Amino acid sequence: MLQIRCPWCGPRDEPEFRYGGEAHLRFPGNEADPAAWARFLYYRDNPAGAYRERWVHTAGCRQWFHVIRDTTSHRILGSYRLDEPPERAR
Amino acid sequence: MRRLRPGTATDPAKPLSFRWNGTAFDALAGDTLASGLLANGVRVVGSSVSFGRPRGVMSAGLEEAHAFAQIGEGGASEPLMRATTVDLHHGLVARGLSTKGTLVQGDDPARFEKRHGHCDVLVVGGGPAGLAAAWAASAGGARVILVETTARWGGALGRDLELIDGAPALAWVDRITRDLAARPEVTALRRTTAAVSLDQNGVVLVERLPETTPPDRIRPIRRLWQVRARAVVVATGALERGVVFQDNDRPGVMLASAVRSYWHLHGIAPATVVLFTTNDDGYRTAFDLVEAGVLVRVLDARESIGPVGEQARARGIEVLSNAVVAGTRADQAGLLAAARFQAGRRQGEWPCEVLAVAGGYQPLLDLPAQRPDQSHRIVGAAAGQWSLAECLLDGLDAGVAAAEAVGFGSPGPTRPVVGPDWDRSPGTTLWQVPAPDGDETRSFVDLHRDVTVAGLDRALGAGVRSVEHLKRYTLAGTGIEQGKSAKAAAGAIASDRLGSEKPLGVSTGRPPTEPIAFALLAGRARGDLFEPVRTTPAHPAHVAAGAVFENVGQWKRPRYFPRPGETMAEAVAREARAVRTGVAIMDASTLGKIEVQGADAAEFLDRLYLNRLSSLKVGRARYAAMCRLDGTVFDDGVVMRLAPDRFFVTTSTGHAASVFEWMEEWRQTEWPDLEVWTTSTTEQWATYAVAGPQARTVVQSVAPTCDLSREGFPFLGVRPATIAGIAGLLARVSFSGELAFEVMVQSRHGLAVWNALLEAGTPLGMARYGLEALSLLRAEKGYLIVGQDTDADTSPIDAGLGWMISDKDFLGRRSLEMATHRRSDRKQLVGFLPSDPAIVLPEGAQFVADPTQPKPMTMIGHVTTSHPSPTLGRSFGLALVRGGRDRIGHIVHAPLEDRTVAVEIVDPVFYDKAGARRDG
Amino acid sequence: MPEHAFHNPDFLWRNPDPKPSYDVIVVGGGLHGLATGYYLAKNHGIANVAVVERAWLGSGNAVRNTTIIRSNYLRDESAALYEHSLKLWETLAEALDYDLLFDQRGVLQLHHSQADVRSGTRLVHALRLNGIDAEWLDTESVKEFCPLINTSQDIRYPVVGAFLQRRGGIARHDAVVFALARAANRLGVDLIQDCQVTGFEKAGDRVTGIVTSKGRIGAGRIGLVGAGRTPLLAAMAGFPVPIQSSPLQALVSEIVDQVLNCVVMSSGVHVYLSQAHKGELVMGAGRDGYTSYAQRGSFHIIEQQVADALQLFPLFGRIHLLRTWAGIVDVAPDASPIIGPTPVENLFLNCGWGTGGFKATPGSGWVFADTLANGRPHPLVVPFGLDRFERGDLLDEHGAAAVAH
Repeated sequence: MLQIRCPWCGPRDEPEFRYGGEAHLRFPGNEADPAAWARFLYYRDNPAGAYRERWVHTAGCRQWFHVIRDTTSHRILGSYRLDEPPERAR
Repeated sequence: MRRLRPGTATDPAKPLSFRWNGTAFDALAGDTLASGLLANGVRVVGSSVSFGRPRGVMSAGLEEAHAFAQIGEGGASEPLMRATTVDLHHGLVARGLSTKGTLVQGDDPARFEKRHGHCDVLVVGGGPAGLAAAWAASAGGARVILVETTARWGGALGRDLELIDGAPALAWVDRITRDLAARPEVTALRRTTAAVSLDQNGVVLVERLPETTPPDRIRPIRRLWQVRARAVVVATGALERGVVFQDNDRPGVMLASAVRSYWHLHGIAPATVVLFTTNDDGYRTAFDLVEAGVLVRVLDARESIGPVGEQARARGIEVLSNAVVAGTRADQAGLLAAARFQAGRRQGEWPCEVLAVAGGYQPLLDLPAQRPDQSHRIVGAAAGQWSLAECLLDGLDAGVAAAEAVGFGSPGPTRPVVGPDWDRSPGTTLWQVPAPDGDETRSFVDLHRDVTVAGLDRALGAGVRSVEHLKRYTLAGTGIEQGKSAKAAAGAIASDRLGSEKPLGVSTGRPPTEPIAFALLAGRARGDLFEPVRTTPAHPAHVAAGAVFENVGQWKRPRYFPRPGETMAEAVAREARAVRTGVAIMDASTLGKIEVQGADAAEFLDRLYLNRLSSLKVGRARYAAMCRLDGTVFDDGVVMRLAPDRFFVTTSTGHAASVFEWMEEWRQTEWPDLEVWTTSTTEQWATYAVAGPQARTVVQSVAPTCDLSREGFPFLGVRPATIAGIAGLLARVSFSGELAFEVMVQSRHGLAVWNALLEAGTPLGMARYGLEALSLLRAEKGYLIVGQDTDADTSPIDAGLGWMISDKDFLGRRSLEMATHRRSDRKQLVGFLPSDPAIVLPEGAQFVADPTQPKPMTMIGHVTTSHPSPTLGRSFGLALVRGGRDRIGHIVHAPLEDRTVAVEIVDPVFYDKAGARRDG
Repeated sequence: MPEHAFHNPDFLWRNPDPKPSYDVIVVGGGLHGLATGYYLAKNHGIANVAVVERAWLGSGNAVRNTTIIRSNYLRDESAALYEHSLKLWETLAEALDYDLLFDQRGVLQLHHSQADVRSGTRLVHALRLNGIDAEWLDTESVKEFCPLINTSQDIRYPVVGAFLQRRGGIARHDAVVFALARAANRLGVDLIQDCQVTGFEKAGDRVTGIVTSKGRIGAGRIGLVGAGRTPLLAAMAGFPVPIQSSPLQALVSEIVDQVLNCVVMSSGVHVYLSQAHKGELVMGAGRDGYTSYAQRGSFHIIEQQVADALQLFPLFGRIHLLRTWAGIVDVAPDASPIIGPTPVENLFLNCGWGTGGFKATPGSGWVFADTLANGRPHPLVVPFGLDRFERGDLLDEHGAAAVAH
């Protein structure tokens, strides 16, 4: 069970959160060409190592935020708010 | 073996009795089941799984591979408990097992509970290193949790006579534990095993609490802790390992440290012992037992026996150097009778009751191995510190460092003086003594699983080169103790037998370190407490009215309200008729409700929903639906505009949470510039649908000041109203096609308003209706239920909701423009009429065009909703059919198990196509 | 011979060094990779094949699953593929001359709500018309078929009916690894363990070999069957895949007397379990929510699934959890596998089996061997190509029976 630091509430156990997949995706808009649209809908980065991902504190403040997590160890390198750059992760 | 004196663990003032395999035995408080059996001379505790050989207690701890027992009776009977880790209590009932447990039907009165713990430093292990670490870590005020798997503090100090600061080590243990008890921030738990390592320094603990026979119904017998620590110190110590030799499984072959442990803790000793050791530490057993008057002889595997061996000789103990046990001899019962040895060229046989084997220590690292990348501090014997002085210093240093790492200082602890110290280092490494006759079929590597050296040879001969294949081929290390005693030996012996190749290593241990009862994992989440039940404010009234409930997610919703003697079909028909011809009321409070507010609320909803909601006028409602990004139907509901910047959105019951989360996701992550807020209000409102030609009369009587006239309160109007004296909302929306009002009041008034509406309806014979009647009524109108009449492929166009799509942008629009969504053979929602109006097709039945086609048949659609309709006087239904709209007027076929039913595809609206009845 | 050693054969495989090149290299020595190697040799006469495995054969999900075998898939495309596999299972032990402990004891899928019932009956009708065995059981029949299940209507989520596939069952996973490996080895396939792929050699858009920890190995065609590491392998080969890797946990109890006569799955209280031949209960549930390559999951998932199981089987209260483990499963957006060509010529992909790979073992190997041998998708897997995502023609299996209203 992970322990995740919500930037608003502090460290909490994983069951309070829901996973939101890859962070910093850009919604391509409804004008996207078919390839770009399929890429946005179905393709997510899936690296072995540090991964910037989204979580939402569903059973807490309900805020979305970003986490940098190592997918090979589950070590969490930091979390940061949506309006902060990854460099602000802590 | 027998009890010669009370040990340090047992209390002679507290005798108790227990039953083993039907026989009553006496023992003392402080005994384990294993020590109780040994004290009573029980040498055989079970038989081996594959060969049926008799087996006896071989250890004094969690590495036990033989002594398994079924504990307790009836539903509280627990299989496969290790006798070495079960504390005896008066009246305990146990019987021996080989490796197969038994499950017993019956009530289990025992309670199991869970608890969370938070601390700065968690110290796992209450031996010398762990005690020292906990003491040092807590000295500066850090919150410390210290856990010890056995019933006693001190670990090896209970069996190893050591001096600390000039006094017996147990006095030091007492002093430290008293200090810890006096520190309010310290939680010290015995009989508690760290079982699972979680990410971010979490550890799951299993705490065993006192048990009684018969079981207590009040006090829990076990507690599952989930601890979050800021730092973890692992001081789990080391386990002594045996040596593999021929017939090494006889009852009487034991670990040397276990023999010593039974003597010191429980006062139990055999009459004669042969010690087979590879190291100095084994001699402790010889020295301690000699003092008890036991005849001890020593076989030392080393070329040179060293000073300790010489000391033994000086004390009159016979010691052979360069000596190994080559095998054992058994008596007629299969019990150990003698150790056969080989010492240089000398061969011989020493009779003995116990053959104590000291193969060196091996760090117990199964907890940190679960999360090898965590920064746990491993100290003491677990870290390969082989002297008490090193263990204590290691523990103190780790305690100070752990406390400092999380911001607590520690007064420099005084360093205890140990003396004289013993060397616990492994001595010479000896995994196996080859069988003199070459027959390795009785040289047991995994005593629990009956895996022999011959079995390893066979695997290697088959081409096995990985230790994991070795485990799977032979099953070595797959037992209850997960090969605590066997895994390393299997890997080492196999490597040795392969010769030059690289070491095979050790197979991976899996969590938990100790077996955990399912009942403990479930904790209180059983029976009525399994999962919360969500009920609406009017629930008590539904219960009183005899409703038959349906689980919809966590909600309890009335399915129908049978009158005495009525079948479901009869009740549903009656309820539906009441809506069509009179009036009826339904509890719709489970519908999801979301308030959307803010200057950009309308823009926000426009982006989410297919239809344009910014054009909705205040005081008006609109049926709306939304897509997922892939263009499939996500949810539908009614959106009401209460003010220019305030919308009241309803969702289907099952999607209340997901729609709300969807809104929040887009609001926060993509559209933070919009000035809009959402709030889930599902549980704040009770919602009742009063439907039927006489609905207006009923509602008017509870809302006398409200103009409910056709002109004054048109269809899809919404307005505040006082209902039965309660301020609420009224909306003219209808899911049945009849004149209907939705009454919404705050939940706390819900029951009162429900009762008031019922009372108002009584003169008109108002019925209650449930989900079944609702499903029938809405299907007659062709209204779909998302998730029932749509699936993960259904687009709004397929579902007949294409009319909602406006020229604005919305989520999912891009997908709907893809070619696949314009194919004419997509499954579309249509109506159908069975050719025989008495036949009600089962929901889920498939349609084919050619009923004579052999299987596999080409399926073109399936029934999503099917009912007998009292209003239509016949059966009917909705279906998703390939190219369905083009098939209207055509016949398709539903091949059922016993017959094939011809079906006409029709328009999905069966009742009041003109929509005249909604105005009453 | 210890009874529990399952009569493992005296000989399994050679441990060869890799040859300089092969006609076909299969990357991934799990069940699907071994089956692919086996069928390449057996069905297509292509024996100059290497199956390359980074650790030991079967070290991925082959040994991290709950061994359930069934073909009760709703979609025609899926049903055809899994039924092909189930039919192969029915003769596999004989074909491989190995006791796989394949046991068609029946797979019972319990339903707990009316919405469940609707999706269950839809499945029964669809399977029946697809010529696949399927039955609907009411609560009384459930009790009759598996008396151990608590069918009381007083529990939180009572059983309201069940789907039954009698031909479904279990097999012994280790035996399947050993059997396929032995058979492939016998036919001349080189099984190369402890050999990690670190790169692909290409000539233009065409792949020509792999670079490994044991050196370069040339290949005519290459099949990627690296469940759990597919996105990493694909990235190495230079193309993306719509796959997320996440942990799927399972657990096993200690050994107890045989009490459970079938495989039980529950969609409402989400758990599935069976009792293996040795006597241990084998149990699983849903995936962990996050992506991972760490082969471990979160413990609360285990706690929840055990609580779920005790709803249905109160008798299991005092049995012990012995071991838990997690496999890393490849999951495509529509939870269906991806099989077929890739943007790289001569490089073919077989992945995305998600939580259901074990049952597909022989079928997957069969169609992928055919795909590799002929350089085009086997007819059964045409709908399962990588190109379906751009078209939007997804094969959504888990959402096909959508959620409750």
